[in-house]
Amino acid sequence: MKSFTQHKGLVAPLDRPNVDTDAIIPKQFLKSIKRTGFGPNAFDDWRYLDEGGPDIDNANRRVNPDFVLNQPPYDKSTILLARENFGCGSSREHAVWALDDFGFRAVIAPSFADIFFNNSFKNGLLPIVLDAKIIEQLFQRVEADRGFELSIDLEAQTVTAGDNVYDFDIDDFLKNCLINGLDDIDLTLQHADLINAYEEKRKQQMPWLC
Amino acid sequence: MSSKTLYDKLWQAHVVRTEEGGTALLYIDRHLVHEVTSPQAFEGLRMAGRKLWRPDSVVAVPDHNVPTTDRSAGITDPVAKLQVETLDNNCREFGLTEFTMSDIRQGIVHVIGPEQGATLPGMTVVCGDSHTSTHGAFGALAFGIGTSEVEHVLATQCLLQKKSKNMLVSVDGDVAEGITAKDIVLAIIGELGTAGGTGYAIEFGGDAIRALSIEGRMTVCNMAIEAGARAGMVGVDTTTVEYVKGRPYAPTGDTWDQAIAHWKELHSDTDAFFDKVIHIDAATIKPQVTWGTSPEMVVAVDELVPDPDDIADSVKADGMRKALAYMGLAAGTPVNEISLDKVFIGSCTNSRIEDLRAAAKIADGKKVADNIKLAMVVPGSGLVKQQAEKEGLDKIFIDAGFEWREPGCSMCLAMNADRLEPGERCASTSNRNFEGRQGQGGRTHLVSPAMAAAAAITGKFTNINDIQKGV
Ligand code: SF4
Repeated sequence: MKSFTQHKGLVAPLDRPNVDTDAIIPKQFLKSIKRTGFGPNAFDDWRYLDEGGPDIDNANRRVNPDFVLNQPPYDKSTILLARENFGCGSSREHAVWALDDFGFRAVIAPSFADIFFNNSFKNGLLPIVLDAKIIEQLFQRVEADRGFELSIDLEAQTVTAGDNVYDFDIDDFLKNCLINGLDDIDLTLQHADLINAYEEKRKQQMPWLC
Repeated sequence: MSSKTLYDKLWQAHVVRTEEGGTALLYIDRHLVHEVTSPQAFEGLRMAGRKLWRPDSVVAVPDHNVPTTDRSAGITDPVAKLQVETLDNNCREFGLTEFTMSDIRQGIVHVIGPEQGATLPGMTVVCGDSHTSTHGAFGALAFGIGTSEVEHVLATQCLLQKKSKNMLVSVDGDVAEGITAKDIVLAIIGELGTAGGTGYAIEFGGDAIRALSIEGRMTVCNMAIEAGARAGMVGVDTTTVEYVKGRPYAPTGDTWDQAIAHWKELHSDTDAFFDKVIHIDAATIKPQVTWGTSPEMVVAVDELVPDPDDIADSVKADGMRKALAYMGLAAGTPVNEISLDKVFIGSCTNSRIEDLRAAAKIADGKKVADNIKLAMVVPGSGLVKQQAEKEGLDKIFIDAGFEWREPGCSMCLAMNADRLEPGERCASTSNRNFEGRQGQGGRTHLVSPAMAAAAAITGKFTNINDIQKGV
């Protein structure tokens, strides 16, 4: 997996709660059998005024000037500031692929939906949970300064905005995987003997499951 | 600490190893696979030269992208066609069981798993789909996963997971006449909110849940994810065992006896600890209708569309305003005055035989209202369709003016041709009313199958009790 250690970047504000994965990448793009190329259609229904699809050229579409990610400098942002329950709904990992492909390295929100949260780690996109009050302050600072940047240090577990340093929590195991860009299938296969032993035991106890 | 919740029991029985910090390697018994979230996982395996750990744990089926109209000509959309063919090829290459599009057993992944007995009590069940929580109705630990996790399970039969907290949602007492599992779960989500269950595994209990059939319990567990909980579950009882008995994948003979002895333990111990407990009085639940773009935006059919100005929390009020604007609704509108353009009866929430019977009962001898451009019934599987036809339900629907379709996800997410046009308003038995879910600009109201049928007949939301009384 892609590793994450430190990142400094421009922050885009997405000021609405419960942003669901249908909104992050609408269903018509899920027909793809690839992991890449979803960036131009991230938030498609909000980004464009007309309807898109896998075989429609975005260059010919009407862009929605009111949507934040269409407004410079946010079209080049790498950190997304969001509200509560970000990534709820469908399990589609395409949502993470789309954010990654757009150029985001981290999403900061008061809370995330569980499946989206897990999917992010698998792709080197760092989801950071900060207290809703801090998120509110950050929204105000972005509003006051369109060039607002944040520095993220995963090792130190900090988000820094000028003189303000905010700590965040993260599971040690996930942190380690992300910093070292570890492939978790490889990690699991190191325990193949344990998995085999587990299966053996179950065959005895619950033969209907094997 | 000897008392355990059902979730504790299921979890502990599947831990292969625990990492520092508590992340566990969890063994997966059943892996359900569909065409949309699996191609990249198989591709990943091929690129890394990995094998499948246990091919016999997989049951695959195409459902999201399949047409619900005549299938003899195959799929016309080339992109969808490629995706379904990719699933067929992957299953062939890796030696997996697949119910292909022409198989009578084909259907929505969460309908066919239980129908085949591929979902059994005590199992861990995963699928690259958030509504995998459906299978928790069997006293199983079932949850949705992303594509990287699909690949991980295919390669290792395990997942890296952190244990969730325990929540009990107890629906106490009896529901009123005509109130269904869908109304119960919408009322629960209205109470909990779409993020209320985040970080929890929810066990549904109480008399009203116990009284539900397995189909009804599946409807409730299906929508656990809409309250933010990755897994929902109901303890095993005779209803569960009766349903499983005799299904193709169910154990038989001595093994069956051994299995049911084990399944009897699959319930929470009486004094088990839950981090959070919620009680809902079943008698207060009325037929539910969502008015907004999140399943928590729900009221009873005899109520008004709520007013954001009454809400103190500004983020929430703002979300409500955006939802009202998208839905083209004014605060204060009586729900039973909202008229509709389309009606969709189907999806993994409500496409089982019991759902179709409930809808047919309302539609019987009546006609779809003139303002309804399309009312469609999409059975959850080929076998549900066959059963419904045996009971003559198809005739009731067709005579009333509904379209009777082939099984699949259909207008639940509108990946195929079944969809809403911008601005169209739909009464839908599915589980998500998100913006654009049923087609860009489409407006979705979630309801039970009986309420959807009633809406088709009267052209607007109508309390089913009024229809039944002939008002
Ligand atoms: S019916 Fe709808 S919610 Fe269920 S699996 Fe299909 S698309 Fe997902």
